[in-house]
Amino acid sequence: MAALQQADVAGTVKTTSSEVSRNYLNSPKGIWSWIYTLDHKRIALLYLFTVMTFFLVGGIYALVLRFELWFHGAGLQAEVMKRGLVGPDTYNQLFTLHGAIMVFLFIVPSIPAIIGNFVLPLMLGAKDLAFPKLNLASYYVYLFGAIFCVYSLLSGGVDTGWTFYTPYSVETKGSVISMTLGAFILGFSSIFTGINFIVTIHKMRAPGMTWFNMPLFVWGMYATSLIQVMATPVLGITLLLLIFERAFGIGVFDPALGGDPVLYQHFFWFYSHPVVYVMILPAMAIISELIATFSHKKIFGYRPIAFSSVAIALVSFLVWGHHMFTSGQSELTSTIFSFLTFLVGIPSGIKVFNWIATMYRGSLTFQAPMLYTHAFLSLFTIGGLTGIFLGTLSVDIHLHDTYFVVAHFHYVMMGGAVMAFLGGLHYWWPKMWGKMYDEFWAAVSAALIFIGFNVTFFPQFIMGLQGMPRRYYAYLDQYQTMHMLSTFGTWILALGFIVMAIYLIHSLFAGKPAPKNPWYALGLEWTIPSPPPTENFVGNPRMLWGCYDYDRVMMDKDGLVTFNPDFKDEHEHEKIEKQEGKRYETTRSFN
Amino acid sequence: MNPKVSTSWVPPEASTVAREVDSLIVFIANASAILFVAVTLVSLYYLWKYRRKSEKPTFTSSISHNSRLEIIWTLIPTVLVIMIFFWGFSSYMDMRVIPANSMQIKITGKKWFWAFDYPNGTNSVNELVVPVGKPIKALISSTDVIHSFYVPAFRIKMDAVPNRYTTISFTPTQEGSFDIFCAEYCGTSHSGMIGKVHVKTEAEYRKWLEEAESGGKMAPEEFGAKLYVSKACATCHSIDGSANTGPTWKGIFGKKHKMADGSEVLVDENYIRQSILEPNAKVVAGYQPVMPTYQGLLKDKQIDALIEFIKTLK
Repeated sequence: MAALQQADVAGTVKTTSSEVSRNYLNSPKGIWSWIYTLDHKRIALLYLFTVMTFFLVGGIYALVLRFELWFHGAGLQAEVMKRGLVGPDTYNQLFTLHGAIMVFLFIVPSIPAIIGNFVLPLMLGAKDLAFPKLNLASYYVYLFGAIFCVYSLLSGGVDTGWTFYTPYSVETKGSVISMTLGAFILGFSSIFTGINFIVTIHKMRAPGMTWFNMPLFVWGMYATSLIQVMATPVLGITLLLLIFERAFGIGVFDPALGGDPVLYQHFFWFYSHPVVYVMILPAMAIISELIATFSHKKIFGYRPIAFSSVAIALVSFLVWGHHMFTSGQSELTSTIFSFLTFLVGIPSGIKVFNWIATMYRGSLTFQAPMLYTHAFLSLFTIGGLTGIFLGTLSVDIHLHDTYFVVAHFHYVMMGGAVMAFLGGLHYWWPKMWGKMYDEFWAAVSAALIFIGFNVTFFPQFIMGLQGMPRRYYAYLDQYQTMHMLSTFGTWILALGFIVMAIYLIHSLFAGKPAPKNPWYALGLEWTIPSPPPTENFVGNPRMLWGCYDYDRVMMDKDGLVTFNPDFKDEHEHEKIEKQEGKRYETTRSFN
Repeated sequence: MNPKVSTSWVPPEASTVAREVDSLIVFIANASAILFVAVTLVSLYYLWKYRRKSEKPTFTSSISHNSRLEIIWTLIPTVLVIMIFFWGFSSYMDMRVIPANSMQIKITGKKWFWAFDYPNGTNSVNELVVPVGKPIKALISSTDVIHSFYVPAFRIKMDAVPNRYTTISFTPTQEGSFDIFCAEYCGTSHSGMIGKVHVKTEAEYRKWLEEAESGGKMAPEEFGAKLYVSKACATCHSIDGSANTGPTWKGIFGKKHKMADGSEVLVDENYIRQSILEPNAKVVAGYQPVMPTYQGLLKDKQIDALIEFIKTLK
């Protein structure tokens, strides 16, 4: 064992100079090398900047519309409609664009296209995704789709709600066609990424990495990609039909022409319910990584977590009708959908229990990624439990289309997906940039975001139970206190994000240099320098230990490996030592 | 749990299903709260107990699963949610199965008001009046986009879909006035598409039916002022001179107004009558042709009353 440590120290020393001088960020150089890049890590950064820009835009819309709702407690009479920041039509556009931007341009691509793109090949020990050109194409397709969306914001806006329900979306004014065309194009970007990930996971795993010792992040990405590839075409066709309906009056959805407006809702939710899991499965995938690393403990229930991701992905196709309990669909249909909805909730519950059990007898630290993990655990649990209310037939009849639903999906999407995204961003930030962010300010920002989030959205559960419908520009007096509280929460939330933007950008210029493995993790991505070299791994890395084997393997900040002398399986240990020479040869050879 | 505690979180329980739905809400809320607190306490305990005390991590336990524990935490939630499913199903059927002795009320959603038709041919706008204790079958439809008829106090909601009828049933259990909302987004005045259900005794309900029809002994302009509110004219037309979705009524009578097609029209009795029955025949310049027709919704006597009311707005 002593020999192993010596070899590794030597390797580290030798590679130091080349790590500093050459990595994916500075080699090759020049703007064109970024525009034409086929490097998954650079494409991840292109996505990072673009997606975060839209997060900012969507967030500003949210702030404005919540600010608007501060004023409108005085009643619903005509004169109230004229006061305040914006008029009712502008308000309707604000919530539509907030929803459409956050769903299509932010949450769907956020984790897969930014974090997945960056770390998936690194975790698998691959030099890139299976189809690097398809990956770059997915980015430009995304950008092309985004242009249509931006065009529709600038040319009159859209006021249909992000769901584009017919027949309203067929008759209303505004740029519905360019917005839906934008979402249609964005779908292809999502499909490209999904196909790329599926093939990469099947074909490009490092030697020694079987399906059941892949990192759980990879399992989550696999399940997500399945949904993206299978469900997105349905949205594409639906939006295309909507465009034809609007442009040529083909009469599929228009009741005046013998069409069925409720059919649109079936088509739409057949995609959009599974896509809820495109948003949350990657989040769960990140949490599985973070909870293991920061508990420094073998993950509890690897297989249940892996299988439940795939189970969720498949069952998610069979629950869309729970969005339509009040649409007039038959009682039998609603009953079946309600039952299946409860079933899809159980795997998510099991995951939460597994994550908590992972902490048992661990060695826990509380850096920002762990703070976000715990924010996720508590907010996602509330989001999941409030889903039970909505899955229950009679209770949903009362709560459907009220603020209860708004609060529920923000707890799942923002409390779940966004918290996990932020956790993942902080976790892999040192790997991405080779710089450490400031832990103190990260904790301050995480606390502000957690508090601000709850102040914003918890009152909405209460309003919803009291019957406050969503998408209301003005409201009755009895809801005023809760609305004002909710608006106040958005300011705390905004402050938290401002602090985060400042310390993250500051870290790029003045952050401490990041070591290979700042979190003492065991995944393959931590065996290479931060930031990674352009070609990730030189030679073929091997999987010598499980990425959750915290009971027997320890890798320190510089990638120095020690084994647990007390670990009972001696043969396993010897086997690794035999393979060791080859492995270190590969990581050393780019000096 | 004491039902009084639950009602402070939710609107009054004014229908037979409201009580059932609330007890289920309370059950789910309590079960969720217990689970959430348990999960949080265990997490916090682990966070404190297993916090890293050294600078570097140590090797940790090899525990990777525990079949008995995993079966328990799969089975308990499964049994609980199946129970909740059946409970929800049973109270759902109570809303869906329409009692044989129901009184039918036709509910029509339009941008942006609710119209109600009663069995004797009377109609009302935005104000639904029903007798207490009588099972009601609501036959719901829409003339334009999808709306959703929502009475929080009754815990019922049903979409109003164009070209089709949907139904829901409820039995009011207490007298009083309760909010009606539109719960499906329907455009500019979605949040103005609200009304009231007035639950009255059988006798009061009969009296109301008569008055709504003819205005009783009221003077025409007084009846018109009442109709201005009750037939939802107020949603779009102001009487103080301010512009809204539609032009104001203040001082329009007897004056000439410019129309969207460039012509000028004198506002007299015939013009007002036509604007009520065929709103898009002559649209005032600067406004959209969005008003629905009141054909069939207003009796001649009611139109006369509205005209008299407009004459008084100098």
